[in-house]
Amino acid sequence: MRGHRGWEAQWTSPEPRKDYDVIIIGAGGHGLGTAYYLAKEHGITNIAVLEKGWLGGGNTGRNTTIIRSNYLYDESAGIYDHSLKLWDGLSQDLNYNVMYSARGVMMLSHNVHDQQVFKRHIHANRLNGIDNEWLTPEQAQEFCPPLDISRSARYPINGAALQRRGGTARHDAVAWGYARAAADRGVHIIQNCEVTGIRRNPDGSVAGVDTNRGAINAKKVGVVAAGHTSVLMEMAGVRMPLVSYPLQALVSEPVKPIFPCVVMSNTVHAYISQSDKGELVIGAGTDQYSSYSQTGGLQIITHTLDAICELFPIFRRMKMMRSWGGIVDVTPDRSPILAKTPVQGLYVNCGWGTGGFKATPGSANVFAHTIANDAPHKINAPFTLERFRSGRLIDEAAAAAVAH
Amino acid sequence: MLLIYCPYCEEERSELEFRQAGDAHIARPTNMTEMSDEDFEAFFFLRDNIKGLTFERWRHLNGCGRFFNAARDTVSDKFLTTYKAGLPRPDVSTLRPATEATVETYEATESNAK
Repeated sequence: MRGHRGWEAQWTSPEPRKDYDVIIIGAGGHGLGTAYYLAKEHGITNIAVLEKGWLGGGNTGRNTTIIRSNYLYDESAGIYDHSLKLWDGLSQDLNYNVMYSARGVMMLSHNVHDQQVFKRHIHANRLNGIDNEWLTPEQAQEFCPPLDISRSARYPINGAALQRRGGTARHDAVAWGYARAAADRGVHIIQNCEVTGIRRNPDGSVAGVDTNRGAINAKKVGVVAAGHTSVLMEMAGVRMPLVSYPLQALVSEPVKPIFPCVVMSNTVHAYISQSDKGELVIGAGTDQYSSYSQTGGLQIITHTLDAICELFPIFRRMKMMRSWGGIVDVTPDRSPILAKTPVQGLYVNCGWGTGGFKATPGSANVFAHTIANDAPHKINAPFTLERFRSGRLIDEAAAAAVAH
Repeated sequence: MLLIYCPYCEEERSELEFRQAGDAHIARPTNMTEMSDEDFEAFFFLRDNIKGLTFERWRHLNGCGRFFNAARDTVSDKFLTTYKAGLPRPDVSTLRPATEATVETYEATESNAK
């Protein structure tokens, strides 16, 4: 017992070197994870992760921590389930408790259309080796006792789809765990360092970046900047198929354990889980218009809470403690882009929209492979920038299990 | 919640009545079947996604139903001005004074109150 004295810094904050092999722009979960896997699996340790704010202060610290892989299309199933497999064992891999809890993600079906769509998902998922099962209303209530399955409910439930391996993790611990593990392997994490330009060689390839702490040279640059990807890519003259929207979430006052899993309803449009601290964690869709404001409109979260109160009348008198907004980058087909770009040596990992947290380990893992080999891993090979030219979209926009 | 000035109704209404409708001042191609894949991608999928002053279309959906254009700052969400569809892009340097009078944001109202 030492009275909470003597805690050591978990990662160092070095002065930037003049030259790096790889620079990652953005110290969120995806960026730090990319640096970690580059060091661990590809032997590249001369890496800097540049962050304009503080580590994990963007969408990594602003999401609702839901993890699942029940996506419809083969490409999506491939990348999201790669991620889910890495979540299982991530705490041991990083020697850092990320509190991954496979408590189950249950999607409520309220009508015949929901039922047909979810059953289609269940069949598609099972063909891809992803667990997903249909529950009757009684089974759903058994799995999640607070659920009201009476026919007199405002939005009666006619069943649910359950992914038992889905769940939640501790978002901050994911960023901190990757940061510590990467720093242990020699990666430089440089906070309060804003990239203001992307430097190019005479042949057009990437030469490094300009920052508010001076120019830094690098052979390869990976942009992992979520909502600000368009701003950074514009510095290299690459126009992106992205629009940035605020996505809000909120938590209630903490209460004793009452809610054992994650519940989502597309039709009534909200999702809810309970954190290990006891807060109800609540979210829904993006704001209506594009913005970089990191706040969002009050009417949006009011609408979300309307939905929660209709689904779970027991929460009507709960007080909401905090709400916040993150800026998410949304692609036309609602699938991410993890790819090479028209600029040699410049790579981009973006477009995760409203669902990037669940993909953190998988995304970082295959993006590191893409940077190290200058060629995509077979899992992220379909998630190119060129698909918007060829028309080979991965159209989760209509197929995704959540409403947008 | 924002108050947005509809140039057709000539009054400020709550943002709940409006929907954003993409970038303004984009000419829709007339020869879409003959366009190259690159040109179609640029028109259909790629976006400037500007951080700062942007010109965009809005629709007074739950009001007069008409489309108009707006100059908006995507960092503060402040509407600098709104103007009728078909009018040219307004000169940004002259916008600011007109803005205070025509479009009041919540923040502006609050600071007046102080």
